[in-house]
Amino acid sequence: MIEAGLKNELQKQGVYVTTLEDLYNWGRANSVWPLTFGLACCAIEMMAASMARFDLARFGAEVFRPSPRQADLMIVAGTVTKKMAPLVVRIYNQMPEPKYVIAMGACAISGGPFKQGYNVLKGVDRYLPVDVAIPGCPPRPEALIHAIMTLQEKILNQKLTGPDRARHLNADVPGEFLVPAYGKQDLEPSKNTEVWQPPAIQR
Amino acid sequence: MLVEAILMTTTDHNYLVLPMLMVAAVGFALTPLAAAWAWAHFFSPAKPGKDKNAIYECGLEAKGDAWIHFRSEYYLYGIIFLVFDVETIFLLPFAVAFTGLSVGAFVAMIIFLLLLVEGLVWAWRKGILNWH
Repeated sequence: MIEAGLKNELQKQGVYVTTLEDLYNWGRANSVWPLTFGLACCAIEMMAASMARFDLARFGAEVFRPSPRQADLMIVAGTVTKKMAPLVVRIYNQMPEPKYVIAMGACAISGGPFKQGYNVLKGVDRYLPVDVAIPGCPPRPEALIHAIMTLQEKILNQKLTGPDRARHLNADVPGEFLVPAYGKQDLEPSKNTEVWQPPAIQR
Repeated sequence: MLVEAILMTTTDHNYLVLPMLMVAAVGFALTPLAAAWAWAHFFSPAKPGKDKNAIYECGLEAKGDAWIHFRSEYYLYGIIFLVFDVETIFLLPFAVAFTGLSVGAFVAMIIFLLLLVEGLVWAWRKGILNWH
């Protein structure tokens, strides 16, 4: 492991040093392949982001894969209904590690304008470990690009070794998440408490 | 030094460079594959599961068995469909060029049509047109 200060000093003298960790994460961060997966109107903005005007290809994330087996990133773009929620989790489970989730738009974050609806999941983070959340209804393509950049920053800071290493390198962390079942009134269970740990509201 | 040694050996054995290049080429192809395998084997633990090993990727759980019985009658229908298919293809130019045709061409076309109709009559008499 090399100190940041020493690395900086060496760089000033024209000596470039790197670590395997940095190299590995640099490669991963610049080849995030999202899943072709749109649930509602946010998907239109997602498509726009991948097209020529906004050009997601600049960030290495333009290769939208039609199969979860080939994707690294799930962009939950739109309202997740309770009927769709088990399918979303199942598709996420089918993605190989390392995998990341972006909750795009108000609906994916909290249910958004449909929060009061009886059939709307109040945030996909109840079942999936969301890495980046983008507010907006829908968020503009620039916001999605910002989310990808934020995710790249997160990937670049992941560790290869040690107790806080990235999830895909840790054999003890499970690769699959709980798939909710259709209950009589609501999904059962209504949230995955291992993933969803909101702070207690102080009143 | 090494280059000199290689050059000296290649002057003695004119074709030695070929297997050397071949070894280099195969190594060039296999090294990344081996590196990828080693990385996957030593650093990223496999986490198979029920969902991850599922056949379908649409998010729905598969119902029933994929090894179901297809009735052979379907294929007979497919073959009989060919009779009408070929007939249509030939009838259209036949109709367009009908006024300019010689008697020989007309007779040849009728014989061709009769051959196709014979196939249909055969299928009909066999009872294939009835779905069991």
